[in-house]
Amino acid sequence: MAELRTETMTVNMGPQHPSTHGVLRLVLELDGETIKSCMPTIGYLHTGIEKTAEQKKWQQVVPLVERMDYLAAQSNSLAYVLAVEKLLGLEMPQRVKDIRVLIAELQRMASHLVWIGTHAMEIGAVSMLFYAIRERELLLNINELVAGFRFFPSYIRVGGLREDLPRGFHEAVNAFLDRFPGKIDEFEALLTKNDMFNRRTQGVGVIAQEEALAWGLVGPIARGSGSDYDVRKYFPYCGYETYDFKVPTATEGDVFARYRVRVEEMRQSVKISRQAITRIPPSGAWACDDPRVVPPPKDKVYTEMEALIQHFLIYSQGFTVPAGDAYVPIEGPRGEHGCYIVSDGTNRPWRVKMRPPSFMAIQALPKIIENGMIADVIAVIGSTDVVMGDCDR
Amino acid sequence: MDASSIIDTLTAAVPGASFEAGASVDFATIYVPARQLVETCRTLADHPSLRFNVLIEVTAADYLPREPRFEVVYHLLSIPNRQRLRVKVRVASNEIDGVVPTVQSVWPGAGWPEREVWDMFGIVFAGHGDLRRLLMPEDWDGHPARKDYPVQIRKPAQTYQPLEVSEDEFKANIERDRQKRAH
Repeated sequence: MAELRTETMTVNMGPQHPSTHGVLRLVLELDGETIKSCMPTIGYLHTGIEKTAEQKKWQQVVPLVERMDYLAAQSNSLAYVLAVEKLLGLEMPQRVKDIRVLIAELQRMASHLVWIGTHAMEIGAVSMLFYAIRERELLLNINELVAGFRFFPSYIRVGGLREDLPRGFHEAVNAFLDRFPGKIDEFEALLTKNDMFNRRTQGVGVIAQEEALAWGLVGPIARGSGSDYDVRKYFPYCGYETYDFKVPTATEGDVFARYRVRVEEMRQSVKISRQAITRIPPSGAWACDDPRVVPPPKDKVYTEMEALIQHFLIYSQGFTVPAGDAYVPIEGPRGEHGCYIVSDGTNRPWRVKMRPPSFMAIQALPKIIENGMIADVIAVIGSTDVVMGDCDR
Repeated sequence: MDASSIIDTLTAAVPGASFEAGASVDFATIYVPARQLVETCRTLADHPSLRFNVLIEVTAADYLPREPRFEVVYHLLSIPNRQRLRVKVRVASNEIDGVVPTVQSVWPGAGWPEREVWDMFGIVFAGHGDLRRLLMPEDWDGHPARKDYPVQIRKPAQTYQPLEVSEDEFKANIERDRQKRAH
């Protein structure tokens, strides 16, 4: 009998594949259904935001960086704003810190909702997407209430916030926080106890803790492998050390472990948000009182010459930032979301660099999926929760 | 642990290297000579009192017209010691070609960030097996994040002929890519 001719097959997955979360292209080499090698290709969403930011004034960069990780817009702007404030040496009033914590946690829930919806849909639980997007809609409504913009509110500004909280903000947030824990229970009833979901996710895409850290996957991926590293606990910012919450971890390191970590993170976010909303008084300071950065109140602008000049200078030339560099990390929904800025002492940044968690996750993707089955690729990509806007910038 | 005690530890472990503390507003910053970079990073990762086990990112900044023109910046994190460190390497404009060695042997996650720095700044990392374009298209000219690269440029529209490769050529291409890949 003639010898059977065997060879591997190369399959191009993406860039327009519905399950690749944007435009990620994977060149997979298959032996039957086993993946022998995987080569990710990125850059399809590269828009040069970091280069553009060098041409803008410091405050004008905030809406730009929000467009990087478009599912967690305010994580980007929070990291950038904290980095600029670090160079300026600004200290925020307590109310501003609490509002920023609340906004960051609402953003984390919104991002995790998109993740749980798309991740579950891709491995078969199609209806999950509608339930998750319905809850996210409420969070987008809160964004709209706060800033008039649903996706990219640009509400967090250098020096504080854009304006004070609107009327009805506390009611809207409280209504969401009362409703949401029951919805997480429903999600879990649909997925955690779902035999099909368990079989698709358990033991799939395993990565060990040391490997995850060596590849820079700090965030939910490393916490699914047993690491307890969370920027909010290790390097607290905005007063996170005063909040009572746990860092969920799992030890299995598979897709299901990362799922459990993120679901529990949503519960912890509810817990933090409840503490934050009770701490925020309905009215009070919404920006620091540094005249370099924050314009004087309008009634003074109309009556005092110096205030008018200051107002004019801030809006025409912007403010200058002392020369130097700073890196400030925050815990974004996808892991450590850092911003490195360099200033040359002028009113425009010399360099802005975001540390993208999705970029590191896609780099490590071949490590996770090689020697796995092709059907599991979808589950693994979903569990890394990559956003291509964050990856390509 | 501040920059001077880190430098003391490093000076004892890496002979013949001269380190320098840098100004910073957030955490310790040290300048490392490019020649001893790998050895220094190995010490930073493995020394029992340092243990910087996570490479957070690799990036660069172009300080045109200052000389040395570039600074390659490594942000390190030590989870056991709850500490961060910024390592900087100065690169002059006449020596961007292969002076900075790759630190992939210490932290495998350095591969793509270094590729991005090459793509954006044109700084070559010696020993990096896969220094191809990452964010920009493969046939792009120049390195866009440099300060002397124009912000808005217009390129004439390009047309491409349909790619015609035979099955054998296709297989050879795939095989060549496989050989080239680092991991």
